[in-house]
Formats: sequence, C-alpha cells, structure tokens
Amino acid sequence: MFPNKILPYLLVAPQLAITLAFFYWPAGQALYQSMLRQDPFGLKSKFVWFANFRKVLADPAYLNSLKVTVVFSLSTAIVAMGVALLLAVMAEKVVRGRGLYRTLLIWPYAVAPAIAGMLWLFLFNPSIGSLAYLLRSLGIAWDPLLNGTQAMILLVSAAAWKQISYNFLFFVAGLQAVPKTLIEAAAIDGAGETKRFWTIVFPLLAPTTFFLLVVNTVYALFDTFGIVHAVTGGGPGKSTETLVYKVYNDGFVNLILGDSAAQSVILMVIVIALTAIQFRYVERRVHYG
Amino acid sequence: MIGQSPLRIFIAHAMLLLGIVVVAFPIYYTFVASTQTLQTILKPPLPMLPGDQFWNNYGEALFGGVGRMGGVSVGRLLLNTTIMALGIAVGKIFISILSAYAIVFFRFPMRMVFFWLIFITLMLPVEVRILPTYKVMVELGLIDTYAGLIIPLIASATATLLFRQFFMTIPGELLEAARVDGAGPWRFFFDILLPLSRTNIAALFVILFIYGWTQYLWPLLVTNSNDMNTIVIALRKMVSFADADTQWHLVMVTAMLAIVPPILVVVVMQRWFVRGLVESEK
Amino acid sequence: MATVDLNEVKKVYPGGVEAVKGVSIAIPDKALCVLVGPSGCGKSTLLRMIAGLETISAGTVAFDGKVVNTIGPTERDIAMVFQNYALYPHMKVYDNMAYGLRNRGTPRDEIDRRVRSTAEMLELSGLLDRRPRELSGGQRQRVAMGRAVVRDPKVFLFDEPLSNLDAKLRGQMRVEIKNLQRSLGVTSVYVTHDQLEAMTLADVLVVMNGGLVEQSGAALDIYERPASTFVASFIGAPPMNLLPLVGGQAGPALGDGTTVGLAPAGAATIGFRPEDADIEFGTDLPSDALVLPASVEAVEPVGAESFLHCQAGGGRIVVRVAGRTRVSVGDRLRVVCVAAKLHWFDQAGRRVG
Ligand SMILES: Nc1ncnc2c1ncn2[C@@H]1O[C@H](COP(=O)(O)OP(=O)(O)OP(=O)(O)O)[C@@H](O)[C@H]1O
Ligand SMILES: [Mg+2]
Repeated sequence: MFPNKILPYLLVAPQLAITLAFFYWPAGQALYQSMLRQDPFGLKSKFVWFANFRKVLADPAYLNSLKVTVVFSLSTAIVAMGVALLLAVMAEKVVRGRGLYRTLLIWPYAVAPAIAGMLWLFLFNPSIGSLAYLLRSLGIAWDPLLNGTQAMILLVSAAAWKQISYNFLFFVAGLQAVPKTLIEAAAIDGAGETKRFWTIVFPLLAPTTFFLLVVNTVYALFDTFGIVHAVTGGGPGKSTETLVYKVYNDGFVNLILGDSAAQSVILMVIVIALTAIQFRYVERRVHYG
Repeated sequence: MIGQSPLRIFIAHAMLLLGIVVVAFPIYYTFVASTQTLQTILKPPLPMLPGDQFWNNYGEALFGGVGRMGGVSVGRLLLNTTIMALGIAVGKIFISILSAYAIVFFRFPMRMVFFWLIFITLMLPVEVRILPTYKVMVELGLIDTYAGLIIPLIASATATLLFRQFFMTIPGELLEAARVDGAGPWRFFFDILLPLSRTNIAALFVILFIYGWTQYLWPLLVTNSNDMNTIVIALRKMVSFADADTQWHLVMVTAMLAIVPPILVVVVMQRWFVRGLVESEK
Repeated sequence: MATVDLNEVKKVYPGGVEAVKGVSIAIPDKALCVLVGPSGCGKSTLLRMIAGLETISAGTVAFDGKVVNTIGPTERDIAMVFQNYALYPHMKVYDNMAYGLRNRGTPRDEIDRRVRSTAEMLELSGLLDRRPRELSGGQRQRVAMGRAVVRDPKVFLFDEPLSNLDAKLRGQMRVEIKNLQRSLGVTSVYVTHDQLEAMTLADVLVVMNGGLVEQSGAALDIYERPASTFVASFIGAPPMNLLPLVGGQAGPALGDGTTVGLAPAGAATIGFRPEDADIEFGTDLPSDALVLPASVEAVEPVGAESFLHCQAGGGRIVVRVAGRTRVSVGDRLRVVCVAAKLHWFDQAGRRVG
C-alpha cells in the first residue's frame, strides 16, 4: 500500500464528482419530486407524501404497463435464453468450425436495440416487409401496427434476437466449465445423451442460467426502451407500453412530473431488488469457488 | 470426450446453420435492401440477392442529398456517434481505472464510503432518473454538446468493479518489489499496472464502445439539434412507416452504416471481447 | 555496507493485532542474520519494517547508527527477495533487473554493465531476453536474486526466498546464497521457517516466537544451549526429546518412575537430543548418565542413520543410531544419555543449569 495521504482522493475525485452530479443529485431529486404535486398550470407545487405513489399504483394504465412489462420481459428472456442454450449445446458438439460459428453468432450484440427493432419492423412491416408479405400469403392476417398481440410478438422477437449472442457466449463458457469427467462417469453409468444433459449438464449450468435470467430481465426492462420507442411507440393502444416507456412518456411528452417521478422511484426499487438478487448469487458463487 | 454419432453431429451443424440464418438474416436483408432502388423496396417481396444500386445508394447517402436528413450528412452523424462511443469508452476506462487504483492500492479514511458510493450507482440507471438528470444537463448547459452526450455516461460502477477485481489479483509482493525498486505511485501505475491491465482494458474498450454506440434514450434526451444526433437517433427520425415519402433505400444504407462499425469492432477484437465479457460479468 | 540495529521494535496492525512485541537485535556489518520461527510469529512483519514497507509502531530501526523509521523503502537503499519472487510479469529478465537502477537515474551504460555482470555471476546471461513465465522456478529465483544484487544495496532482505523450490534445488541455492552474500559482503536479513536453512546460513540466528525473540546468537551455540523448550524443540531435526519430571519420594523422576540423578533445582523438564542418546554402550557407563528402559515402536532407516521411535520415561522419544540397525519393533532396550548432554528446563520452559 502506498502511504500517500492526498493522492487517493485526487484519484477518486473525477468519478465521484460525476457520480454525485449525475447520479445522486438527480436520484435524490426524483425521490423528492415523487412526493410533490404540481397544480395544472405548473406554477405551484405541494408536498403530498405518498399520494403520487397511491395514484400511480391505482392507475389502470400503470397496472397495464406493469403487465405489459412482465409479459415482455419474461418472453424476451425465455426466448433469448432458450435459443442461445440450444445453439450453445450444439456448438459444444461440433469440433470443426466452432470458432467460425461463434464469429457468425455474435453480430447482433453490436446492433443497437433500437436498430434491431427497426430491422425487424422493416421485415414485418405490413406494407413493405417481405416477411409480412410471406405471412399474408400464408393466410395470416398480419398487422403489428394495429394488432397489439402481434406488436408484442414483434418486439419480443427483436429484443430476443439482439440478446441471443450475449447469452450464447455465456452458455458456451458455462458448458465448457462442466467437468468432462462427470459426463463420462454418467455415460459409464448408462445415461443416454438426453438424460445426461438434463440430469448432469443442466443442473450444473444453473448458476449461469440464473445469472442470465437476471441480466436478461434487466435488459428487457431498460435497454429495450429504444426498441419500443422506435418500433411501436407503446402502441397500438397501450398494448406495448412498458414501464420505462411510460416514465418517459409521462415525464417528457405528457409532462406529468409527479407521476413520472413516482414511477421512476418504483423502477429504482425494482432495480435495487434485481441487483441485490444478482449479488447474493455472486456471493454464493464465491462460496462454491 | 464421448464419441458422437455422425448423425448427431450433422444435426448439430444443421441447427447451428439455422441459428446463423436467424441471427444474420435481418442484417443481410438490410444489406440487400440497401442495394435496391426505392421502387423495388416498396414492392415486396424483396429479391434475396443484392441489387445493382450499391454505389448509387451509398454514394448518395454519404456524399449527396444534404438536406434530406434534417440538413445533416451521414458523415456528420457517424462522426457524432464515433465521438460519443470513443469518448464514453476512453472516459469510462480512464476514470474507473483511477478510482479502482485508489481503492485497491491506498488506505485512506472514507475509502469504503467511496467504494459504496460508486457501487450503488449500479442501481441507478439513466432510465430511473430521466427527468432530474435532464434538468441537471439543462442547468449545466450541456444540451446539444459532446460533453453532454459523454460525461454523464462515463461514471459507472461496472468498469470500476472490474478493475478493482483485477487489481486485487495482483500480488501485494509485486507492489512491494516496485516500491523497493524505487517506484512511487505514478511510476507503479504506468510501468507495472497499466501494462498488466492491457488485456482488461482492450476487453473493456470493446464492450464500452458498443455500449456508447448503441445508446438511445440518452442521446434522444440531450440532443435537440439535428447536427448533434447520433446515427441511431437520426435513423429513427428518418423512418416513418406511415409516411409514403420515406426514402427506404437511403434508410437502409444508413442502417448498414450504423450497424457495420460496431460489428467490425466486435468481430475484429473478438478474442478480448469474449474474454472480457464472460469474465467481467461473472 | 552497514550495521542494522533494531531497538525495542513493535508493530500493532490497524486491526489491533500485535504482531511484533518489542524486538532488539544488533546485526554487525557484512553479517547474515536469520530470523526463524513458526508461522505467524512476526518474522515477515519485522523484515518489512526493516524494509520500510510497514510503519513501525514503536522502537527504532537504525542503519549505520542512523534511525530510518520515517524513511521510505526507496531511500533506505535496501533490496529485497520475495517468497513468490514478485518478478514483473510483463518485463524481460533484463528489464526486471534494470528497473530499480533506472528509477534511480543510473546512466544507461552503467545499468547495462551492471545487469550483464550480475547475470554473468548468476548464470543468467542466456535468459536476459525471456519473460518470467518462460523460466523455471529455480531460474525465477535466480532472477529475483539478480534483481537484488544488481542494485548493490546497503542491506539485502530475504523473505523465505527458497520455500517455493524443491528440496534439492533448495539445498543448492542455499549454498549459493551463502557464498554470494559472503563475497559481496552485504549485510543481510533472511527470514525462513526452515530450521536447517537457518542453521546453515546464519552468522546471527534469531529464533522468534509469538512476536518476541526467544534466543539469538551463533547457530551452534543455540543448538548446544537452547534457552527454552521452545527453542530446543524448534532447532534440530528431529527435535530434542523432552520429558516432564514429576517429584517422587526419592527425588525427581520421569513419568514411568525412572529416577533421574542430579537434577538442578527447579528443573521441570529434562531434554536430550536424539543424536546424544545411545542404545549400544560399553561397560564403563558413567554413574551420572541417564538410563531409560524403552520399548521400540517404530524404526525408520534412512540409510546413513536410523531413527528409533520409542516409548520411554513416560513419553515418546527418538534415538538416532548410525547406519543400519538390528533393532526391530517391539524390542525392549535401554537408552542412555551422558549427563553432559542433558538439558534442564524449569516450569516456564526456561533453561536451568
Ligand atoms: N496486514 C496485516 N493486518 C493485520 N494483521 C496482520 C497483517 N499482516 C500480518 N498480520 C498478523 O501478524 C502476525 C505476524 O504475521 P507475519 O506475516 O509477520 O508472520 P510470519 O512469521 O511471517 O509467518 P509465516 O511464516 O507464515 O510467513 C500474524 O498473526 C498475522 O496474522
Ligand atoms: Mg512470512
């Protein structure tokens, strides 16, 4: 350890300054705002304690958005992880071309979520999308711009597509960490390949799976704002309005500051819970070595 | 390794190829579209092979037609995005390596308080403090500036935690050897710590570059003027599915230009990127 | 060239652990002082205080009579060899050795000359372009030595420099370090918990226990007159046999009732070294010799000598006999040690007589 007295403060100063100015101060403001209510003309505001929270939580639109978010996040996580796990298991089996497959599968990681959304919308746009054309020629009435369920399917596809690469890399790493001797022992014990996967490999992948579940949920909650904003704008109706999108919409578009702040605070609580879960899990990992 | 039957291996290859088709198709399709005329695009289905408009479309998007995208050239958008992505990557690495250095290699009052202050920011993504952060930006006059695009995003716990974790694996004896060899804090930092952190820095650079390049909500908030838009935001503004005037062929070119640079970074720096990603987040 | 004097040095770690509780040692110029003791007794802490890597809680450390307590490691002009070598992984051997000189602003050609002649001396010349991970353990150890030697410091400090080597290499390096230190004539402090290393290297041997010095002096003096049961059992392999005395009607006796002759006043433990005991003896047994009936529990022949583990005097003892032995497990025999080779310790474990 260096004995310097002042230097360490100088070293942490830049990060601390930015953190205080752009994280703690605004987060504090959000907390404070969430307990204020402005009069309709935006002239006066009044301290109302938890009234905004009560209002938000009783608002059917908010509850709808909560439901939309849960459906969207879970579907995205499940699809993205399922596909990635399947591909990772396949990639473990092949010897030749493994590196090439990986190179070709990691592209979407580099694509901005909003652009991913736009690409998918371009493919499935009812007027000019080739795949929409294909669906219609198969007799499916396809119009994600009018049909809420279809809009949700489109969003989930785009969001999951972008996340496959990330999950794939983690599952591959997880699979490689499964001791080969265990699998061989199971084979000697007479377990067939499918059985080996579900009884040996999959349980050993549990930490990776759990970690990815948290990461994917956080991704679907926050990083997909761009997809929603660029593809559906929360519509049709409010069928794809996620929590984050609603915070933005109420705050920036509709200018209902108190409600938006209260929603921010609720989101903050959700993130804190997720982070806590994630770190509890990281702690456990340390224990298991 | 247990022997695999040829059939199973064949199935594995087939599934992987199918996976690649799913993963690559939207990008390939965009590329195909970017080489077609507007008329072809407007009449689905699109041909599966690139058309002959490559030079026309890319030339027009890059060098012609100023005024169509709100008076801003694609070059300018790419420049903005590159500055933002580089600024975030370099800035984040810079401030986090310094703070991690202080936290691991010095003992000073409040050390753990600072650590926790940084750590807790993990739980405060932009999305949960949108409006007040925006207000701070307005008050500091950072709207429509590069500083505004970059600085608020460079403080993050993840990079600091990663460096901290790496620094803690460096044996204390190495620091002591350096001190005995006459190295002070700066010498140790530049002669020993930085060279040893090279691969970590490279990995983090890729991850953060992508992070910066793909930002959406933040640039949407802090840029009003079109010349400060990033390419992702500009693309969003160009696209209007309801509007018959959308220049789809140019939109596709712009989309390709927005996608290709980060993909190149990921593919070229794959080795570091994969290591960094899998190691840093575990 | 320097003398090193420690005066009532203490170390209390921030958490409250008192690692060194008041140690005074005077190391003459050009001498090699070995600190030996069990794990956690504060050896490394003491060494690091001499290096200036750890602050000194109380007492003084002086080089050549000048107190250096507040001076940093760089200015103390010491060089140190670490247990894990602490070579800079990203630097070639040459740069590892040159780094300290560069930091001190030594001219380039001077650095080059010194690195090359040191490498020559340590047989590292062929390795100068390699990186540490391309070296064997023994080679790394040499580089670590080279890095210290090239600096030509006032004092060398070694913290268990050989403990990561295999037994054979350790023996070789031990001899080399001794020769090197003698020919360079640099005052050195050497930490180890290997008593053999300590015995063979030390000009001044310091046995530590629980943050205190148990005994210091010339190695053989300590071997021959251990100041306490702790030192007696720590120095020497196998360690000294120690048997408790109980008071009997006919004077002090051992646990099995064997009476011992002339025990000094206050003696509570009797000790003798395995090599000082014998089982084969002539008829002219001195009358004051200790004679113990023993039963053999194990025999360890190691070639040049054999160790007999016996039950005797109410405890277990080890007897060393030369060459092969015909004794086998279960034999009953008598173990004898002459009075001059007996050691006596009091209730607190201090030497008496
Ligand atoms: N940084 C520290 N903070 C608190 N206590 C410490 C610290 N370093 C060492 N100690 C404690 O001080 C005591 C002496 O430690 P030291 O490292 O000097 O032992 P040692 O004799 O070198 O042992 P070993 O032979 O195992 O290296 C131990 O009880 C140890 O736990
Ligand atoms: Mg030690």
